[in-house]
Amino acid sequence: MEKTLDTFEIGDVGIVRRVVAEGKVKRRLFDMGITPGAEAKLRKRAPLGDPIEITVRGYELTLRKAEAACVLMEVEA
Amino acid sequence: MKRFALAGNPNCGKTTLFNNLTGSTAHVGNWPGVTVDKKTGTYKKCAEPVEIVDLPGIYSLSPYTPEEVIARNYILDEKPDCIINIVDATNLERNLYLTTQILEIDVPVVIALNMMDEVEKLGNKIDEKTLEDRLGVPVVKISALKETGLDELMTRAYKASQKARLGETVLASSALSHLIGDVKIALKGQGVENPLFHAIKLVENDSIETEMHKETLPMIEEFKGTFEDDVFGDDFEALVADARYKYISKYFAPTLTKKQEKFSLTKSDKIDKVLTHKVWGIPIFLAILFLVFHLTFSEDLFFLGKAGVFDKEVVAYTATQEVVSEEDFEPGAIYYDEDGNEVEAVFYGGEFVELAPIPYAYDKAGNKIEAFYDKDGNELTVLTNDEGEVADLYDANGVKYDAFYNADGWECELVLAEDGTFEDVEFVSEIDAFRSEISVHTFFGYEESVFSPGVILFNAMDTFTGFLSACMSQAMANAPAWASGLVVDGILGGLFSVLSFLPQILLLFLFFSILEDSGYMARVAFILDRIFRRFGLSGRAFMPMIMGFGCSIPAMTNTRTLADDKERTATIRVIPFFSCSAKLPILTAIAGGIVQFFGVGNADLITYAMYVLGIVVAIATVILMRSTTMKGEVPPFIMELPAYHLPQGKALMIHLFDKAKHFIKKAFTIILASTIVIWFVSHFSWNWQYLDDAEMNLSVLAGLGGLLQPIFTPLGFGSQLGSYGWVFVVAAVTGLIAKENVIATFGTLAACLSAGFAANEALGGVDSVVQMITATGITVPALIAFIAFNMTTIPCFAAVATAKAELPNKKSFRMTLLFWVATSYVVATMIYLIGSWWWTSFIFAALIAAAIVMIVLYNKRADKKLRVS
Repeated sequence: MEKTLDTFEIGDVGIVRRVVAEGKVKRRLFDMGITPGAEAKLRKRAPLGDPIEITVRGYELTLRKAEAACVLMEVEA
Repeated sequence: MKRFALAGNPNCGKTTLFNNLTGSTAHVGNWPGVTVDKKTGTYKKCAEPVEIVDLPGIYSLSPYTPEEVIARNYILDEKPDCIINIVDATNLERNLYLTTQILEIDVPVVIALNMMDEVEKLGNKIDEKTLEDRLGVPVVKISALKETGLDELMTRAYKASQKARLGETVLASSALSHLIGDVKIALKGQGVENPLFHAIKLVENDSIETEMHKETLPMIEEFKGTFEDDVFGDDFEALVADARYKYISKYFAPTLTKKQEKFSLTKSDKIDKVLTHKVWGIPIFLAILFLVFHLTFSEDLFFLGKAGVFDKEVVAYTATQEVVSEEDFEPGAIYYDEDGNEVEAVFYGGEFVELAPIPYAYDKAGNKIEAFYDKDGNELTVLTNDEGEVADLYDANGVKYDAFYNADGWECELVLAEDGTFEDVEFVSEIDAFRSEISVHTFFGYEESVFSPGVILFNAMDTFTGFLSACMSQAMANAPAWASGLVVDGILGGLFSVLSFLPQILLLFLFFSILEDSGYMARVAFILDRIFRRFGLSGRAFMPMIMGFGCSIPAMTNTRTLADDKERTATIRVIPFFSCSAKLPILTAIAGGIVQFFGVGNADLITYAMYVLGIVVAIATVILMRSTTMKGEVPPFIMELPAYHLPQGKALMIHLFDKAKHFIKKAFTIILASTIVIWFVSHFSWNWQYLDDAEMNLSVLAGLGGLLQPIFTPLGFGSQLGSYGWVFVVAAVTGLIAKENVIATFGTLAACLSAGFAANEALGGVDSVVQMITATGITVPALIAFIAFNMTTIPCFAAVATAKAELPNKKSFRMTLLFWVATSYVVATMIYLIGSWWWTSFIFAALIAAAIVMIVLYNKRADKKLRVS
């Protein structure tokens, strides 16, 4: 099943399928290791609900929901 | 001399390695044109000294951030003899992503596998021999923190630097290899240096490269036309990034064997769980912030004084030894203290202020002199001789006094009132005057509280500079008044008023560096991003702003953590609106004066409201700037949250020493020059006569203030005050040296305006303000407008100098000065007019609404234009 990273619940794990963004945001996501095949887990949300924190390639990364919405994930149904 | 460059991700231990390699030879400057630190130093243990250059921490060589562009240009244009690529071994995959890009450049590379101690502590292993084979460059295991492996690293780097190396790419095994190969051959044919690197960047559509090789573009497009990928289509940027990470996962990542489970909880995670907790995250943050400010600025540490720990009832005695308690004091009544000295109960506005000792002169033996006699034994009340000087005085036994002393035994001379009667004693020596005041209380607190470490440091510095001033003043006692005035008040006074803040600024820096280095600051941005996005800023902008409440100088420097130039400029501009600690005396004194004179409101409430006003103005102007001149999309917030770790003392100290050096340099140049100019215009009349403090009303500055007076009429402290309009202008101008000067100037000017007035230090300037109100007839709205004007106008020279250094260019600095003047003028005008005539608020509301509509419409049209084109 495919869903975007921003719709993840805490603890959800998935594999990155595609990144649907442009320019700076797209390049930054790639550079930080969010490329197809990478495994990512939603660790937590900030106290006000946004941004979110994920574990990817063995480190902690934070991004906004708007940016996470650009990341298409494959999850086990 | 050979040059080695250190390159690596942020938080990979690069700075620690740099500090340990270069030691005391480190030098911090700026990269040309940008405010990113450029650190250089010398390593001396190789066959010859090697210059080490610390490149900014980066994740990639993309063209999107200034740091990345700097690092890239340095490697390509300055051609270092070797690149030492520091790789955080605890985070191998992402760190090697940068490595794959560096390896494409024709330069010798050595990999430093850092934090090996951490890796081994977790029970993990890295097979560096296999990694070395697969990367094709030397790999050395080090721990920058524990200083292991550094010599081996440098030896191998030195060896590598002696042989040229051609770039290689991990993309050679990907589907892109032919395309890249073709472009590389074409570039090589044109004689381009580093053809492989440029070829790959061109394939990626990198904006810097396409700009540089315009003529080659059609050919590349042609090459690309034949290429199609099933997953990415023609998105070459994605293809390249994907190919790099695929290669890393396949060939490099397996050299690490992990013992620990994926996604397991480490110590850092446990700390994080508390600090970014859903409910407690924000309260904990506020508590930490409060503690930092409390430890730096509070004069009542942990509120021990308020809690009553030091409470001691003030008592005095009557002549018949009866105890009188504070409630029973009568204004102006004379009592006796515990030692039997006469004291007067001083009241102000119906409130008891202090028991002031009644001055007496003492003889050498320490006996109080109750009466003076002439040679013939006649008691004297008028103590002047025929020339109007102090006459020769004798005691009751006919012995002439050689010298007089004060109650504490310091040598003094007599001060006489105008009618020649005894008034007070004054120290003969400035140094004595100074020394007499130093006690343990000067440093650590008065009887009623204990000082915070910041205030103790401030007092230590203040005492030291005060002592130097006193010595200088003593040394120049016989020089003309203008010369000693220039040196002591003009030069030293200006310099010291700035320098005495240095300890507190550094302490604040230290606290925030600790928070930054420990990894907590990144979490603060995480917690607060949601709020700040609304104003068009990222969560990172919060720290500099909140630091502004302490001091604008460290706050402005801290904006370096912001990636976007426009966001930085907007943030630097509003930092002074977060009222700094030096502006507090203006608030409390004027608020106190208003309550005292007009009997309206509550001083604490007015002070608090002014702080809130500053924040509101900051938010409003940020939104205004971000929707007009400082427009730009909200920068992406995709940020690493580094693992928590203990900050390192050595690195912190190096950092602090650097800041101190910069600050002192500025104090001795731009700040010194400006303070001297202000001293001159306030102490000389138009016809170049030197003026005493008490004659400031005749000065050039007062004259200029009079000329400028009409401009301040809409603000309430201009022409409507008649011939006194200039006083507030003059006070505001002297505030440019340091904001606490505003109230000090009030004291001086109040004495000019009403003869016989002398400010009582125990009142913190409230009496000066009341005197100014009485003399000028200024209204409450105008006084509030004056506070607002001082809060939002050009900050002190030290902050202006910092802003100049931190802003991207001269033009934006000039615009910033204009912005401060305009904001303070508009805000103060609004306050005065609405405060005086409430119905004007409708006019302002209409004007603001019209401005908002215009900006929104204009932006919509601009957007449309953009879309059409």
